[in-house]
Amino acid sequence: MEVLTPRTLDEALRLKAERPDAVPIQGGTDVMVELNFDRARPAALLNLNEVGELRGWSRENGSFLLGAGLTYSEAMETQLAEALPALAEASRTVGGPQIRNRGTVGGNLGTASPAGDALPPLLIGDAEIELASVRGERKVPLTEFLTGPKRNALADDELIVAARVRAAAGPQTFMKVGPRNAMVISVVSLALTVDRERDEVRAAFGSAGPVAGLVTTPLTELDGFAERIAAAARPIDDVRGSAAYRRRALSVLTARAVERCLQ
Amino acid sequence: MTTTARRLELGRVGESVKRIDAIPKVTGEFAYSSDLFAAGMLWGHTLRSPHAHALIAEIDISEAVGMTGVHAVLTHADVPGAKTYGLEFPDQPVLAFDRARYFGEPVAIVAAEHPEQARRASEQIKVAYQPLEPVVEPEHATEREPIHEGRPTAGHGFRDDDRPNVVRTIVIRHGDPDAQAEVSVSGVYELGIQDQAFLGPESGLAIPDAEGGVDVYVATQWLHIDRDQVAPCLGLEPEQVRIHLAGVGGAFGGREDLSIQIHAAMLALHTDRPVKMVYNREESFVGHIHRHPAKIWMEHRANRDGKLVNVRAKILLDGGAYASSSAAVTANASAFACGPYAVENALVECTCVYTNNPPCGAMRGFGAVQSCFAHEAQMDKLASELGIDPVELRLRNALAPGDSLPTGQRITGSFPAAEVIRRAAALPVPEPEELPRDPLRLPGGSGNTTRGEGVKRGVGFAVGFKNVCYSEGFDDSTAARVRLTGSGDGLAAEVHCAAAEVGQGVVNVILQTARTELDLDDVVLGSATTSSVGSAGSASASRMTWMAAGAVQLAARAARDELARRGGRLGPGEEIEVERVYHHRPTTPLDPETGQVSGDGAHVAYICAAMRVVAEVDVELGLTRVVWIGTAQDVGKAVNPQAVYGQIEGGTAQGLGLALMEEIQTRDGLITNASFTDYLIPTTLDMPPVDAELVEEPEPDAPYGVKGVGEPPTVVSTAAVVSALRDATGRELTRVPVRPDEIVGLD
Ligand SMILES: Cc1cc2nc3c(=O)[nH]c(=O)nc-3n(C[C@H](O)[C@H](O)[C@H](O)COP(=O)(O)OP(=O)(O)OC[C@H]3O[C@@H](n4cnc5c(N)ncnc54)[C@H](O)[C@@H]3O)c2cc1C
Repeated sequence: MEVLTPRTLDEALRLKAERPDAVPIQGGTDVMVELNFDRARPAALLNLNEVGELRGWSRENGSFLLGAGLTYSEAMETQLAEALPALAEASRTVGGPQIRNRGTVGGNLGTASPAGDALPPLLIGDAEIELASVRGERKVPLTEFLTGPKRNALADDELIVAARVRAAAGPQTFMKVGPRNAMVISVVSLALTVDRERDEVRAAFGSAGPVAGLVTTPLTELDGFAERIAAAARPIDDVRGSAAYRRRALSVLTARAVERCLQ
Repeated sequence: MTTTARRLELGRVGESVKRIDAIPKVTGEFAYSSDLFAAGMLWGHTLRSPHAHALIAEIDISEAVGMTGVHAVLTHADVPGAKTYGLEFPDQPVLAFDRARYFGEPVAIVAAEHPEQARRASEQIKVAYQPLEPVVEPEHATEREPIHEGRPTAGHGFRDDDRPNVVRTIVIRHGDPDAQAEVSVSGVYELGIQDQAFLGPESGLAIPDAEGGVDVYVATQWLHIDRDQVAPCLGLEPEQVRIHLAGVGGAFGGREDLSIQIHAAMLALHTDRPVKMVYNREESFVGHIHRHPAKIWMEHRANRDGKLVNVRAKILLDGGAYASSSAAVTANASAFACGPYAVENALVECTCVYTNNPPCGAMRGFGAVQSCFAHEAQMDKLASELGIDPVELRLRNALAPGDSLPTGQRITGSFPAAEVIRRAAALPVPEPEELPRDPLRLPGGSGNTTRGEGVKRGVGFAVGFKNVCYSEGFDDSTAARVRLTGSGDGLAAEVHCAAAEVGQGVVNVILQTARTELDLDDVVLGSATTSSVGSAGSASASRMTWMAAGAVQLAARAARDELARRGGRLGPGEEIEVERVYHHRPTTPLDPETGQVSGDGAHVAYICAAMRVVAEVDVELGLTRVVWIGTAQDVGKAVNPQAVYGQIEGGTAQGLGLALMEEIQTRDGLITNASFTDYLIPTTLDMPPVDAELVEEPEPDAPYGVKGVGEPPTVVSTAAVVSALRDATGRELTRVPVRPDEIVGLD
């Protein structure tokens, strides 16, 4: 297996255009599991760890630009945690410390698992995903970027560069249900914010449908919101939990999250 | 050698000493079996059945053999000797021949220069399977076509049970099984399949000796029984197969059966090269046996004063595709079905069946875990029916020396059940913590799901017991060899014992015993191998401390006597070397008709533990935080108290895992969660602090009065945790692991 290590974004995009079969690797916390379990045998890996443009975050007007290489540990640091509390809370639930140090928001988007914990917080922040290729750049709303379970709108020659998210305009929270108290893939999760600018509640669920889903409601129409979210979800029965339980838990989480954020 | 470096390892019987393997293990320097290396070695890989049940019409290896780097592709046709093996009955093929009986059963093996080459070659082996309807419901296994031809387990003095697919049936009739009483409670209880989930996957290295024999370095629990199973399959004499203990990354019963031993040896002998095999995590889940899932019906009849009158139980165990140690597990599940309580009348029926589900065998607690979950749920139910405090009810019925088990076996040794119950019940239960709290200290933990909403607190209690050592006539003796050598300023000793250090700390037990008996600090431990000493028996059944201490004590005393005969002194280089074999008192089989003991009794001795658990449950989400565990355990004598506390905490965690999360899930016999992503084991956030009291009442027959300590915490903790969950939720919770669905009332 070849490992290609570009030093700049331009070089990375050129390599990706030349070798569309090369699998990008950032933290490797999903890619290496695939390799170890022999579920994938890519001809080449495109190692993005030396591409400075993908690292860190910046602030632009009211939003935050999160580099694809932003780790969960970085998302938990004070400045980001204050601006994007649900993402920080979600980051705290991811894996253990080693995984949080390596795993990234870009990798979570790349994997596009319905259980990806960064996704619900990004959804309630109206995230747009910035994609680039040698052909140019484009911005895709996260709701359109996620096209199915472990499927996204990324083209063969494209890379994820960043996610643009609105800063919290009111209280936010994130909750994740799992059968043990740490290091667990979510059985169902919920990010919720009371948006004081728009006077609405925005909630997004994970692990309760083929993709993480967003549901919003005006603050004045909160009655029955928990039931509406549970109804919007399309959960399945699998080894981690039953569909009926996921629906039930989602409505419990929503009621609790609304109460937390309205306090 | 400096004295400071050596002082660490000192320690006599009864002293807390750091395990000699502790620092290397914590720092990552310890060599596990997966770290083995030999110059020029090849890598072995196993091709496994993707079907739970299928006939094998043909195996075509022609393409695989010619692939780059491939040195051997072997099938059942290449097994040099016996085609089948097994711990108790040789019903398991070395490599499947006419049919595959479980998902993951080995069908062919490959050796290649690189593990990836071996994997790729195995993908090119063409196996013509004809899938058969798998037998996956144990309830109906006895109505289906037999999975095995003949009856592999018949003719061993077991009760006649002609139904198809029966591994063993036991019926214990005690007193008047129809005896009536003032109240009766009953219930049906179920346990899922638990896995040992050891972190070190099956692995080892086989090296041909150039004379037709082979050395196998492997992580195992009993070197000599491995040798006795491996040699016949290789068509070799036992002396031509030498098994050496490699670093064991956990065992818990899962390394009693063979894994890579015969396969690696076959490949090594065939290629005349060292061959290493390492399972990956997914493969490990199909590469060893599991804890028997069970369905248990129980009825307890008692008088209003709480005195048990009659216990009736029907137990069904799913043994999976091969017998492994199922027959002995069946015996334990039945013998301990009534719990550590005196009851004059009982009827216990227990059947273990063959199915095409994953094979089951030994796991910490060995049949007693399943029964304890049921009898303790019943005791709680009875207490509530009678309005008697659950601890008081247990005390009123506690089994004591002089009492008999339903098998008719009288307890003659130490058995402080009442004392253990009283001590556990007396441990102060912590006050509820205030809110608000860090979510890590609430149910749901890092998931941040509650700030206190929906959280209810419950307190549970349970008592469990089982036997120490093998039973029913099995003489699982242990050998030890001691060599005294005269050195410049005195004596040095070396001890050999084939006891498997599986993480439990038996190496310290051996050294502490030798130092105590020889009254000498300069004692070293030789490596555990079949080539230097007789059998140690298995590191299981909570027996290894007792048996190893017994053997080392005998050998050391013999060496000391010889030393005295030679005037108490050895000249430089002069040696005394003695090997001694220690036997526990003999046991005898159960009567196949009545389940009653014959002769000396079926068991050697008994151990018990009581446990109190405080749990908080989010009753709306079904999530749990176990807050605190207090336990008292009957240990006989703690040889190394620090290691005993370690066993108690680890064993408790394993039982907590079964209560809350650990289950191998299957669909039509196929395992659907063969990874640590989906087979969850407790993390440090799931395990509370454990306050443990050691009850030291010496066992009269045993060296220093020791008993085993490894299993009781696991036997009792599943039952105790669920007892707390019932108290918090008010629900029956009859199945483990308890699913959130059941707590929130969705089932
Ligand atoms: C023990 C363990 C625990 C875990 N726990 C959690 C958890 O609690 N919650 C959770 O959500 N996830 C969890 N994960 C999964 C994983 O950590 C996350 O999905 C993480 O966000 C992946 O990030 P990464 O940088 O490691 O991705 P990588 O493994 O490097 O890549 C993941 C995918 O994204 C693609 N990719 C990466 N960067 C780019 C890019 N810039 N452009 C285009 N494609 C790209 C890769 O090709 C690949 O398909 C866990 C994983 C492990 C091993």
